[in-house]
Amino acid sequence: MEKIFQKLSFSSASLVLIILIGIFFTLFSAAKPAIEEFGLHFLGDPTWNQEVRLDTAPAATAVADDTIADEDDMMMLDEDDEDSVNTKTVFGGLVPIIGTLLSTLIALAFALPIAMGIAVFLAEMASKTVSKFVGIAIELLAAIPSIIFGMWGLYYFAPIISDLFGGFQVSLLTAGLVLGIMILPFMAAITRDSMNTTPDVLKESAYALGATKFEVVKDIIFPFSKVGIIGSIILALGRALGETMAVAFLIGAVYTIPEKITDPTISIPVAMAVNFGEASGLGESSLFYLGLILFVLSFGIISFAKFYFLKRVKS
Amino acid sequence: MKRLYINKLFLALSALSALIGLGFLAWILITLFVQGVGSLHLSLFLNDLVEGGLRNLIVGQLILAGLAGAIGIPLGMVAGIYIREYGRGKYAEFIRDLSDVMMSAPSIIIGAFVYAIAVAPFGGANGFAGVIALSIMMIPIIINTTDSMLSLVPQELREAGIALGASKYRVILDIVIKAAKVGIMTGVLLAFARIAGETAPLLFTSETSNYFNLDLRESFPSLTVSIYNLANEPEQSSRDLAWAASFILTMMVLVINLVGRYITRNKK
Repeated sequence: MEKIFQKLSFSSASLVLIILIGIFFTLFSAAKPAIEEFGLHFLGDPTWNQEVRLDTAPAATAVADDTIADEDDMMMLDEDDEDSVNTKTVFGGLVPIIGTLLSTLIALAFALPIAMGIAVFLAEMASKTVSKFVGIAIELLAAIPSIIFGMWGLYYFAPIISDLFGGFQVSLLTAGLVLGIMILPFMAAITRDSMNTTPDVLKESAYALGATKFEVVKDIIFPFSKVGIIGSIILALGRALGETMAVAFLIGAVYTIPEKITDPTISIPVAMAVNFGEASGLGESSLFYLGLILFVLSFGIISFAKFYFLKRVKS
Repeated sequence: MKRLYINKLFLALSALSALIGLGFLAWILITLFVQGVGSLHLSLFLNDLVEGGLRNLIVGQLILAGLAGAIGIPLGMVAGIYIREYGRGKYAEFIRDLSDVMMSAPSIIIGAFVYAIAVAPFGGANGFAGVIALSIMMIPIIINTTDSMLSLVPQELREAGIALGASKYRVILDIVIKAAKVGIMTGVLLAFARIAGETAPLLFTSETSNYFNLDLRESFPSLTVSIYNLANEPEQSSRDLAWAASFILTMMVLVINLVGRYITRNKK
């Protein structure tokens, strides 16, 4: 029994590794047709699902050479021209990649100061009871399903934002701000936890020297917990990159590069959520390509935050 | 004096941040309450979506999350036990880190993965695929909780068990797990609450169904996916239904969440 249980627990633990490797290879092999077709050019191409003429030149010369051909022949040539022989559908990932990065940046810029404020409030200002109550409330904010953020954002938050800043109701800005609200609790909780690791002796000696609370936070707590705070920011960034449902309601889901912050665009998860249903062939493969990019990106960012920053907090 | 003013300003801004956070929570909850309660009728629980109700969706969502729990909870717990109790050295440490990273993996990616392995080969959306997607999301969360709860169990308890001549797995199952039971229960409830509200992994795995269909081989009714579809429809009646469904979903998730927290609080 002992042996069986040990083997069983070992295989369950290894399942994590197997699933992750499985995800990577499945995405890779599903994306392969698109990778072979578009290569790295995919990353810089802003067109999505557009027919592009491949070699119009030979077709034109064919017509020119065949000047004596009668009307019927011309008709046939025209039909040939419209056949898929000379056109191909092109998919490029630039717009969703830009949309993902920009909406995440807006979310970070919005959430960062508020999350820091909340963490200071919870760790240093509020009494135990208040801190516990507010802490639970903030964690409940994190528990609300993302689809609820999307609906609320679309019908209640977006109109206010577009009144304030002009532009479209569904836009990079509204998506980024709602994304910011969603990562707020997460960032605040980790920052509070790293702030709490500051030894009381350090704080007390600063207070004894007559430092104000602001100075203690700025000169004692912040330098001490800096590594953990940066880790929490990067971790929140990794989360924001992959958020789907709330952004799907708010970003507009159009394949155009936003000229202004209030323009609609699309992000990688939203592209997958919206287009997966009707996609097939190269289109579906391109979506997997996007998914692979997102997976590698968020995996890299999250493990960087975990191993480089948060590990050092633990030790 | 300037220092004191700066200090006051700083403290005021911190308190304001906390108020902003609470404000958003209140705003969302009040919106849900006002919109949701207005469209809530008893008939929603008695009819399926085809007849304008939500019965099949609520049942379907609970079945999906429940089955995912039935797979994910034991697997995650046993894996967590390996990491904390059996694992020696680098491999256990590696799996722990990997599972932490997997916990933050984008849920839409997991949906796409399951689509490729469990939907595309079988020719269409099915409930099994949804269950697989949700259980993949659940496993790392359970591993994380089990691992950290087991780390709180004093080493002496294990030594006492071994000294009595019990084999290691008996010690783990009868002593260590019992001691960490409450904490693990909380973690399990929080994980359940989290996956019960997921939409993205279900979008193209189990999709949703308008009918009271409980056959896992076909597309399976889901509250969250239907909210997404209904909210994007132009008719006011669909949107009202989406609000009612959102209200029910959020209350379900928040109540499970609070129950989980209440259990741990009682222990202390």
